[in-house]
Amino acid sequence: MSMLEVENTIVDLPTPRGMLRAVDGVDLTLEAGKTLGVVGESGSGKTMLSRAILQLLPRRAKLSGAIRFDGQDMTRIPAETLRKLRAKSVAVVFQDPMTSLNPVLTIGTQLTETMREHLGVSQSEAISRGIALLAEVGIPSPEQRMGNYPHQLSGGMRQRVAIAIALSCAPKLLIADEPTTALDVTVQAQILDLLAREQRSRHMAMMLITHDLGVVAGRTDEVAVMYAGRVVERAPTRELFHHMRMPYTAALMAALPKLDAPPHTRLPAIGGRPPDPINPPPGCSFAPRCSYADAVCDKAKPPLSAPDRMAHQFACIRPLPVKVAA
Amino acid sequence: MTALLDIKDLVVEFPVGGRVVQAVTRVSLTVQRGETLGLVGESGCGKSTLGRAVLQLYQPKSGAVVFDGQDLTKLSPPLMRKMRQRLQMIFQDPIASLNPRRRVGDIVAEPLIIAGVTDADERLRRVRAVLTEVGLDPDITMARLPHEFSGGQCQRISIARALILEPELIVCDEPVSALDVSIRAQIVNLLEDMKDRYGLTLLFIAHDLAVVKAVSDRVAVMYLGRICEVAPTETLFRTPAHPYTRLLLDAIPMPDPDIRPVEGVAVGEPPSPIAPPSGCRFRTRCPRAAGRCAAEMPELVALPSGQMVACHFPLI
Repeated sequence: MSMLEVENTIVDLPTPRGMLRAVDGVDLTLEAGKTLGVVGESGSGKTMLSRAILQLLPRRAKLSGAIRFDGQDMTRIPAETLRKLRAKSVAVVFQDPMTSLNPVLTIGTQLTETMREHLGVSQSEAISRGIALLAEVGIPSPEQRMGNYPHQLSGGMRQRVAIAIALSCAPKLLIADEPTTALDVTVQAQILDLLAREQRSRHMAMMLITHDLGVVAGRTDEVAVMYAGRVVERAPTRELFHHMRMPYTAALMAALPKLDAPPHTRLPAIGGRPPDPINPPPGCSFAPRCSYADAVCDKAKPPLSAPDRMAHQFACIRPLPVKVAA
Repeated sequence: MTALLDIKDLVVEFPVGGRVVQAVTRVSLTVQRGETLGLVGESGCGKSTLGRAVLQLYQPKSGAVVFDGQDLTKLSPPLMRKMRQRLQMIFQDPIASLNPRRRVGDIVAEPLIIAGVTDADERLRRVRAVLTEVGLDPDITMARLPHEFSGGQCQRISIARALILEPELIVCDEPVSALDVSIRAQIVNLLEDMKDRYGLTLLFIAHDLAVVKAVSDRVAVMYLGRICEVAPTETLFRTPAHPYTRLLLDAIPMPDPDIRPVEGVAVGEPPSPIAPPSGCRFRTRCPRAAGRCAAEMPELVALPSGQMVACHFPLI
């Protein structure tokens, strides 16, 4: 049994134009101590998937499928059990620390209230643990910072505080949803280092959600690529980067400007746009933009399967050929 | 080649709560006709302020912005208004930079009206031509409102609006930062095509070094209001001379699992521009900083390699 098992999860959101399928039958597993990168562009469903795992979907969203954490189906447990589970076992770091932190409470209050509530520790114990956590996530003079409000900190420092709060109840799973997208590149490197260090030392499972293939390349064990609500390719990180099978993954990689290419090198852009999630095409969602697609691709959605290697799954009828090592 | 744009010793200040932030501190840069100059730096370094000050959207405190031989800071408002036809700007947020209540055809035609093109048929012809040029179908787009378009399409509309007067210089302020990877490549390619087609000169402001490398002939690196380094693109990426340039390059997450990210490349965050460090502004984060760096602000000087660097202890 894996720590996290996501099974045939579907999220539907009602919109004025009709039902929008944000997540379309996702299967995923994550083991303790491992890092899974989830890569996708806006609208690919990666954030809705993480919200489904956390049971933090918008009220009107319809969820089906099973999401098991340590064998417990999160979609079926009572609200109070869920609240406890969410606090102590699963933690989350969001993209924008300015909106995830409460602007009118001090850093110290926000750090200690979670620990007091869920760990049952005394106020003084919570304070000393809070100071230790701030020091651990690299905040200088943590004692003084406890009395600061979020607006008194820089974006990078705020994200460090958000990480400290997420770690405060020693979660088994940390979901980091675009944790560095709002940050500058030098601060991004520091925050990614911090997350990697904490993940290792605490033997947590981590789900790192990002739009940036560069962020997952060096810092994950496995990568799942999402497109139009589905996981379209999933493999151990090195395997994925070296042997991309799904044309979308390869096209996304090719569209990145390369640092080793000379200036004015033309980028192989992906033509067109993702499909309308309210009226998705019957076949492969990427087929209309795919240079390998033929008539078969428009007939039915290809399932995520692993025809060659167990660990490498892709959802494609016309996959790229397996690269033979030279 | 002659310099189309010559920024000389430019200073831009903003009052903040009784104090003064110097967003741009004595910056000198030239952009040759037909060239793309990339301008990179982290948020708050003053790169957008510099871009806007070129177009006189901010009044510089001192210094000059010489465009095709004329100092824009000295032009009277009516003359500057006329001059604006030759200088345009593209912004980061393509949706926010378009008026949500106006139709795309009117948005793109507006510069023509301001420029005094009174013939409606002529305006229509030019709007249709420029929309086609940026890859949009005029029959479908002209009567619609911006919210009916995706971010990438809105950026195409912004580019059409910037191009319609056939300007010579376009300041592109983070034009692709808000776009998804697959759309970003389309817009980068479009800007490159339009640059060739219209013979444009670009000041390309971005924080993403890979994007800047893809479009720039030369790159300038900015930190806390000062230029650290200016060099031909390939030189800057191959052999950066300023420790800050090195830091920026090392911090880029590489989409290659065989390149293990080196932990601890970056330390600290940029200090507040309200009270910048004395001497070299980067010294508080610089591994090479010494006593001289606190005492003396380094000036931009030319190295034998052809790059310009403002550092007492350059890397080459």
